[in-house]
Amino acid sequence: MKRMKRRYLALHLECEGIPTERDLMDTIWMAITRLFGEVGASLTGLALITFNIERKEVVIRTSLASLPMVRASLPTITNISGQQASLHVLAVSGTIKSLINNIEQ
Amino acid sequence: MKRAFTDLHLKANPKDPHTTQRIIDKAAQLGYCQISIPLTLGAHEEQLNTLKTACTQTGIEFVSRVDFKPRNQEDLMRFLRKFRRKIEVICIICDEKELARHAAKDRRVDLLNFPSFDYRKRFFDRAEAELASNAQAAIEFDLKPLIMLEGPPRVRLFANLRRETAIAREFKVPIVLSSGVGEWHLMRAPRDLASLAYLFGLGECEALNAISSNPNAIVSRNRFKLSDKFVAPGISVVKEGKDP
Repeated sequence: MKRMKRRYLALHLECEGIPTERDLMDTIWMAITRLFGEVGASLTGLALITFNIERKEVVIRTSLASLPMVRASLPTITNISGQQASLHVLAVSGTIKSLINNIEQ
Repeated sequence: MKRAFTDLHLKANPKDPHTTQRIIDKAAQLGYCQISIPLTLGAHEEQLNTLKTACTQTGIEFVSRVDFKPRNQEDLMRFLRKFRRKIEVICIICDEKELARHAAKDRRVDLLNFPSFDYRKRFFDRAEAELASNAQAAIEFDLKPLIMLEGPPRVRLFANLRRETAIAREFKVPIVLSSGVGEWHLMRAPRDLASLAYLFGLGECEALNAISSNPNAIVSRNRFKLSDKFVAPGISVVKEGKDP
């Protein structure tokens, strides 16, 4: 079986409060589901890698094939658990190591 | 080469300096090089200078722009005669087919904008595209409705944008992507806006051009036309000097 290629996205969360990891991921899932449906969302293989509350930085993982879908869904997020919020993509990379290097640069 | 991103449509109210400043700061933070806030028709030079100063202080360029929704053809002509030599970008909001046609064939019009919320008033068809292509007018897509709308209205908007994108591509009409937002929390980074264009069939490179090179080309073309060096299309002052 062919290995699934993945991409890691570093996101900056802009929000007045601090949402829980679950609320954050539910919001991202909902945004993808609203645009691409449940089948589309199931193809993304979305997973939360880290959530740095202090720096409001989130790292998520998705499959390479569904990267455009995930990237297109993220700007449509306007609130998380009732609070105004937005997610900005800081960097996209194939490994967590290079993603961290990209953000630090 | 690094792209210079431009958002030609930030709907801030220049009379509210606090919100306007916040939007300008946010645009700079998100990585825009040029922004434009549509001025009201009766706007004073003072207001324009205030916006230019605020933008310069945050390290971005301000592009003067006026949006106009004409009532009839005479209204459109009057407006263009009055503002074309003063303003860098002129956008016509077309909510009637006849006016959309007149705007598309006039070389003084830079951007054609169609109402996002009423799909019956999106008149960008093949005839409109041909006229716009000959007159070097671009079509502007505001992306705020894609962020704000949900359900059937958004589905209809996607369908319209997809159709219009295909027509614009066929007739080589430049597409300009703008945010169209008036609230700082709805502002998105240039590459995030470009990624939204994936939803209506614009490729990554085309989407990035629609937010950088296409608007930049309009601005630089018009700045040259408004400069002292421009005489007439094809004629410009290269060097000035005295007779020997």
